[in-house]
Amino acid sequence: MAKKMHDTPNLDQLESGPWPSFVTGLKHLAEDKDYMVDLLGQLEESYKTKKGYWKGGTVGVFGYGGGVIPRFTELKNEDGTPKFPDAAEFHTLRIMPPPGMHYDTDTLRKFCDIWEEHGSGLIAFHGQSGDIMFQGATTENVQKSFDEINEMGFDLGGAGPAVRTSMSCVGAARCEQSCYNEAQAHRAVLNTFLDDIHRPSLPYKLKFKFSGCPNDCMNAIQRSDIAVIGTWRDNIRTDEELAKKWFAKHGMDELVNDVVARCPTKAFQVKELSKIKAGEHTSTVAVNDTHGIEISNQDCVRCMHCVNVMTGALAPGKDKGATVLVGGKSHLKIGGLMGTVVFPFIKLDTEEEVANLVDFSERHIDFFAENALEHERSGEMIERIGLSNYLDAMEIEVDPAMVNSPRMNPYVRTDGWEDEVAKINAKKQAA
Amino acid sequence: MNQAVQAAPAAKRKPKETGVPDNTKYLHPTLLKNYGNWRYHDRPRPGVLHHVAHSGDEVWSVRAGTQRQMDVHTIRKLCDIADNFAEGRVRFTIRSNIEYIVTDEKKVAPLIAELEKSGFPVGGTGNSITMIAHTQGWLHCDIPGTDASGVVKALMDELYDEFRREEMPNRVHLSTSCCEINCGGQADLAVIVQHTKPPVINHDMVANVCERPTVVARCPVAAIRPAMVNGKPSLEIDETKCMCCGACYPPCPPMQINDPEFSKLAIWVGGKNSNARGKPTFMKMVAAGLPNNPPRWPEVGAVVKNILTVYKEDARPWERLADWIDRIGWPRFFEKTGLPFTKYLIDDWRGSRYNLNASAHIRF
Repeated sequence: MAKKMHDTPNLDQLESGPWPSFVTGLKHLAEDKDYMVDLLGQLEESYKTKKGYWKGGTVGVFGYGGGVIPRFTELKNEDGTPKFPDAAEFHTLRIMPPPGMHYDTDTLRKFCDIWEEHGSGLIAFHGQSGDIMFQGATTENVQKSFDEINEMGFDLGGAGPAVRTSMSCVGAARCEQSCYNEAQAHRAVLNTFLDDIHRPSLPYKLKFKFSGCPNDCMNAIQRSDIAVIGTWRDNIRTDEELAKKWFAKHGMDELVNDVVARCPTKAFQVKELSKIKAGEHTSTVAVNDTHGIEISNQDCVRCMHCVNVMTGALAPGKDKGATVLVGGKSHLKIGGLMGTVVFPFIKLDTEEEVANLVDFSERHIDFFAENALEHERSGEMIERIGLSNYLDAMEIEVDPAMVNSPRMNPYVRTDGWEDEVAKINAKKQAA
Repeated sequence: MNQAVQAAPAAKRKPKETGVPDNTKYLHPTLLKNYGNWRYHDRPRPGVLHHVAHSGDEVWSVRAGTQRQMDVHTIRKLCDIADNFAEGRVRFTIRSNIEYIVTDEKKVAPLIAELEKSGFPVGGTGNSITMIAHTQGWLHCDIPGTDASGVVKALMDELYDEFRREEMPNRVHLSTSCCEINCGGQADLAVIVQHTKPPVINHDMVANVCERPTVVARCPVAAIRPAMVNGKPSLEIDETKCMCCGACYPPCPPMQINDPEFSKLAIWVGGKNSNARGKPTFMKMVAAGLPNNPPRWPEVGAVVKNILTVYKEDARPWERLADWIDRIGWPRFFEKTGLPFTKYLIDDWRGSRYNLNASAHIRF
């Protein structure tokens, strides 16, 4: 039995209602932990005053420079002692999840036992960067709990100016739209940078995210410095059995209004069967005895919409790989940026092809470490120096797939134009 | 005194730098068997995905909402359910929903019953309103303007039915963020703190706590400069330039940006992560000035529900919030939702000219 609970009239109101209540969970933990009794006390005070009461500090584990988020209470009595002394230290361990966030219950139960013994008993699945967040341990217990979690085969994630914990989608494990082995790429890349994850020494944070298709379930384009998005370059595959099944259920109105009309490049047409033309770059499939679909794959931008609506009837092609974008980030400092295409297509089928992605990632991080200003993300650095200079440094050839359009102003010095054309022509001839 | 009894200091354990663990042993056996070899999926009912592999194997994934910030008792309860129904395997989605995988269709209904009996709503698939991506808030963040888990609990209580149904035009992703850094991320609809007053500086503390050049460099509008105040090195703010983003507060806590009254909440709409149909989009601010009103933030809940209700009634199938507004236009978005379009919603940040209407395209 723990000490007496503090009154929490505000938090109590978050116990009613149908959605699972974190307050009920906190109270359950407080039944036998003074630590959580006082945590509830401080949180209630925040609800009363509308102010936060945690400050950072320096807490870590032996051998690493990051991965623990230290929190010390700032809610003090007049004599400087903590108002809720049992919860005066409430640090978080960020632990990297397995790709796709799959677990067995044995692992989860062990996490629970460790955290019940050494920590608060509160675990978040997962934080916004993908970490399992073991929330709430005293300075003394951080090392103990890490040692036990580490012995289970789990490792600390990133914090501060470091390579951060990554996420990959469920992908090949359960999704027909997966275009590469997300888990393999995720581990190959991240596990190359363990030093940069555990010992923060970059200009600022650097994030990778791995989505298996352009639906981008990991929000990679908007939230990662290096986004690896699965795609394919051959024709959309078709399955007549499933196409007919879909059409029988949904009919012509839905096919026209929900699929044809929503194709962003008008690559998708419905035609009478006799008017459908097969071709090297065309996907065709009948939906009933009179009508069928004709997709011009050279016009298709692989947006996924028709494949999402008619799953199985339509599917990504067989020549799969990924598009890589660089520079996504949120507001601070110059405003939100999405990633920019730097590789329209890479293959990721073999270990060697995955190693090429790792190699690019290493060169990017080296360049970022050398050239970014303090607290500048990759996207801000590229905005400052221009994409062309970045591509030069990375030895990546320019490609019109990298831009929405060519430039719209004349403010550029073009006296190297002939040289560039000559280089391009020489490459064409050599090919 | 016998010196030999004194224990040597314990050797410190070196971490095993194992990195991201292999997920193979955590995969449900049928997922492992059909890895990379799935044919199609459908959704037999809200909260259930049915995947069929090229081998003919089938799995049903049952998705349930959680509170994300979970006590060990809750996690053990979820584990018991996995052991009873799903071969001891679970996975989590990016929005903190839990998924159970079964190979026997007959297990789906009892699994759903067990989850709902235990307080975990089944849903969040397809065209539903799914769980809110969120941050730490007062529970754990060092710079929060509001709470996170509490806002989410209050909103999800309101949106509970829509989580358990698939009746929206397309999927709806929500996020909340307790400061303008927006850790919650881009979403169809987001609730984000919006400060309205410049930071209040504790000049006694700045010199001791803040690396002043770093703080000066952090300001997006160059409104901060070094100054001597009361004989102490400190920082001052040009309040005519300051747009109250709070970027100076994390590197310099004596520049307090959070205020119980003047830290407000703003609503943003139309973010889309996916490349489906149009390219990904950033969300746009459509309402601000909402009070930070714990424990249930009713004013925020009312605006959120209003926007989602109008969207549900007005959008066509497969239109995400951004697609819907693309079709009806911003004037009608504000007309239909009844939200005031104020001058503060006209962008004046970098690249803002591209957000202005340079055409005669006007809907009447």
